[in-house]
Amino acid sequence: MRAALNELLVLIVAVLLSLGVGAILIALRGHDPFMVYGVWFGEALGSAGGRSQVIFKTTTLIFTALASALAFRGGMFNIGAEGQIYLGAFCAAALVFVLPASTPGFVAVTAAFFAALSGGAVAALIPAVLKVRRHTHEVITTMMMNFILLSVVNYFLRFARESAEVVRTPPIPAAWRVLRFERGYDGNTVVLLAIVLALFITWFLRRTRAGYAIRAIGSSPGAAELGGIATGRVTLGVLVASGAVAGLGGLNFVLGSPGYFEQHFAPFQGYLGIAVALLARNHPFGIVPAAFLFAVLAEGGQAIQEWAPPELGTILQAITVVFVVLGAELFARWEKRRLAHA
Amino acid sequence: MTNAGSANAIEMRGVTKRYPRVIANQDASLSVRRGEIHAVVGENGAGKSTLMKVLAGVTRPDEGVVEVGGKAYQKYTPEEAAHRGVGMVFQHFVLVPTLTVAENVVLGHEPRKGVVFDRARAESDVLALSRRFGLEVDPSAPVETCSIGVQQRVEILKVLARGAEVLILDEPTAILTPAEVDELLAVLRRLAGEGKTIVLITHKLREVMAVAERITIMRAGRTVTTVEVKSTTQDAVAELMVGRPPKHEQRPPARPRGPAVLEVKGLVARSDRGPVAVHGIDLVVHAGEIVGIAGIEGNGQTELIECITGLRAPQAGTVRIAGTDVTSSDVATRLKLGMAHVPEDRHRRGVVLDFSIEENVILGAPPDRYARMGVLDRGRMRTETLALVKAHDVRPPDPDARMSALSGGNQQKVVIGRELGRSPRLIIAAHPTRGLDLGAMEHVDSSLVQARANDVAVLLVSAELSELLAIADRIVVLYGGRVAGEVDLRSATADERTLGAMMAGKTA
Repeated sequence: MRAALNELLVLIVAVLLSLGVGAILIALRGHDPFMVYGVWFGEALGSAGGRSQVIFKTTTLIFTALASALAFRGGMFNIGAEGQIYLGAFCAAALVFVLPASTPGFVAVTAAFFAALSGGAVAALIPAVLKVRRHTHEVITTMMMNFILLSVVNYFLRFARESAEVVRTPPIPAAWRVLRFERGYDGNTVVLLAIVLALFITWFLRRTRAGYAIRAIGSSPGAAELGGIATGRVTLGVLVASGAVAGLGGLNFVLGSPGYFEQHFAPFQGYLGIAVALLARNHPFGIVPAAFLFAVLAEGGQAIQEWAPPELGTILQAITVVFVVLGAELFARWEKRRLAHA
Repeated sequence: MTNAGSANAIEMRGVTKRYPRVIANQDASLSVRRGEIHAVVGENGAGKSTLMKVLAGVTRPDEGVVEVGGKAYQKYTPEEAAHRGVGMVFQHFVLVPTLTVAENVVLGHEPRKGVVFDRARAESDVLALSRRFGLEVDPSAPVETCSIGVQQRVEILKVLARGAEVLILDEPTAILTPAEVDELLAVLRRLAGEGKTIVLITHKLREVMAVAERITIMRAGRTVTTVEVKSTTQDAVAELMVGRPPKHEQRPPARPRGPAVLEVKGLVARSDRGPVAVHGIDLVVHAGEIVGIAGIEGNGQTELIECITGLRAPQAGTVRIAGTDVTSSDVATRLKLGMAHVPEDRHRRGVVLDFSIEENVILGAPPDRYARMGVLDRGRMRTETLALVKAHDVRPPDPDARMSALSGGNQQKVVIGRELGRSPRLIIAAHPTRGLDLGAMEHVDSSLVQARANDVAVLLVSAELSELLAIADRIVVLYGGRVAGEVDLRSATADERTLGAMMAGKTA
């Protein structure tokens, strides 16, 4: 409890500090930071379109960040969300070739869920097997798989695309589309799936035996081995599950808007998920607000191009992560010193 | 660094150090003469380490004065202490495992040839230093291939290479075998003979009585008194240390041995580094007996234990637990057969430091003991943890306390409580009392004796011959990965001298 409060405090201070740095940058360009921030947050939170975009961006980031956090809690780094989300979304979108257009929406959405899940899992399977069998480091293999998967999917997209000019799959039937919060805007109910998944993973890690095994391996592989935990099997499972979660990250695209798979549809969202997980200190549920914060910073950043470079959003995201990591480290040291002689 | 004007190398007066929840040092004082071996003794938590950290410049005291060579510290940094010629050899080594002995010793002060690291000179310097003080090392060996005893010598060499006149050693013998302890004590005498001042922190009184000139006793953060070794006795010091007269435990009475629970035949195993470390060991442990494994560190004990517990695959031979061949079984199978394991490396294997006490208690439990349908049974975890914490006097008695916040002794109590709480048939205990204070040590040993009374088979690896002689029924001595000798204490007596000879490879 106390630790959770500390982390929240660190997060708030880090956000305020990064906004302060942003204010300096804006002021240096001769503009009023308060005015610019007013436009920024007004755009991201005050307009229907902005809110909807924030929800849409939050959704993808929750999935990719959960993937990163899950692997991290099991003692691994999954740098492959970029490729996993790509293959997952492609598999879901490819259902238009498999299922008849008359398939009821509920069935199609369920099928798309499992297709995306499997796509992501398959994408992570190769690094996972290599890690357990050959002790290959997953950072290298998952990262390299990104390049392979993007190329492979793009290759297959040639056969799956709608026409010679448009590099995308045919749109899914209207009946398969998930509900959107506001007509005409992108934010859709897949975000609920993301939030439920975050809750589930939180519960799973804390309250189940399998989750315990994952955390034990992540914190102390030696002790886990002594405790009779099948470290190889759990490691394989965690990395594959992490890939599966990342695979869901494109569902808001494929099942919502625009309703098809498009080449490079979510650039950099896999890597950005790592930063979001870091911001949330790898707490699955903390990822929900962290992803929201990132989405707000990104969305608002696009609205202030008149006064500041649009990259300011990205800059603030990065500064926040740095401050959070720094703050958490300082807190940990302070805590350690406090406990050293207690 | 010498200052001929002052008789005392170190003067610490009125040192007080408060931490938010505890006062580590309260008005503590220490004077050490130049060229003296001075022991600071006290139980864990008595404030020895804090006082030494103040002396080494690692910790700034809230009050008090520290004078080295007649001049008071102006600031408390390790650099300042090093500048005054004070060097500390920590209990937990600070070495780079992949670098060689020589590289570790010169790290940060590397000799150069132009801009290039002069390896030849580093190695010859280290060799010269090691010869001068009788600290035998191979300068070109990577540290990760060295035994604990050798690694400690490297730590001492590091401090000497920085020109230290005052050496502080924190529990240096806690991890050494009797032979290594004797070597270390000889080294300390030689260093003192060369004019170095030695401050020795320990709670092992036998060694203190053998090597120190004076002893400062600490209790509850205060320095109780300083006594001359010549004019006191071990029991008197122990009483000052603990605050009550020491108990002298009787050997538990012999019991009839039961059926064989652990059978090891022709075991051959390689070490992590590749060479064969266990050369065909046969070993049987029966129900209701404690079999001690003695030997100098690195003579195959670790590999033997790992093969028995399923953490290492043997090259040849068989391991049976309760009649079942488990040679190629996983750890979980062995746990199911009633094996309990108190591992050698508590921090790496025994506990998960990031977990709460409660989460550590369920490590290695049978799958259905704390879980229903894969979901953890919090109620059961809580009640059993509370019972364990109470039975073993774990402090703090809070199931949610993080393991990393517990002292080593309390961590070990959790491990002991967990492993013995499963009604095992076989206990494999590797150095279970290493680094613990007297109270915790007595608790661990009496727990093992209690298990023996309940017909449990106990295999106890210990570097403390006195511990093995006190509670084991048989002692098997390992040397070079082979059984060098065996003494059945039920029918014969043995002293540390004869066992020590076997440990050095002389068969009895």
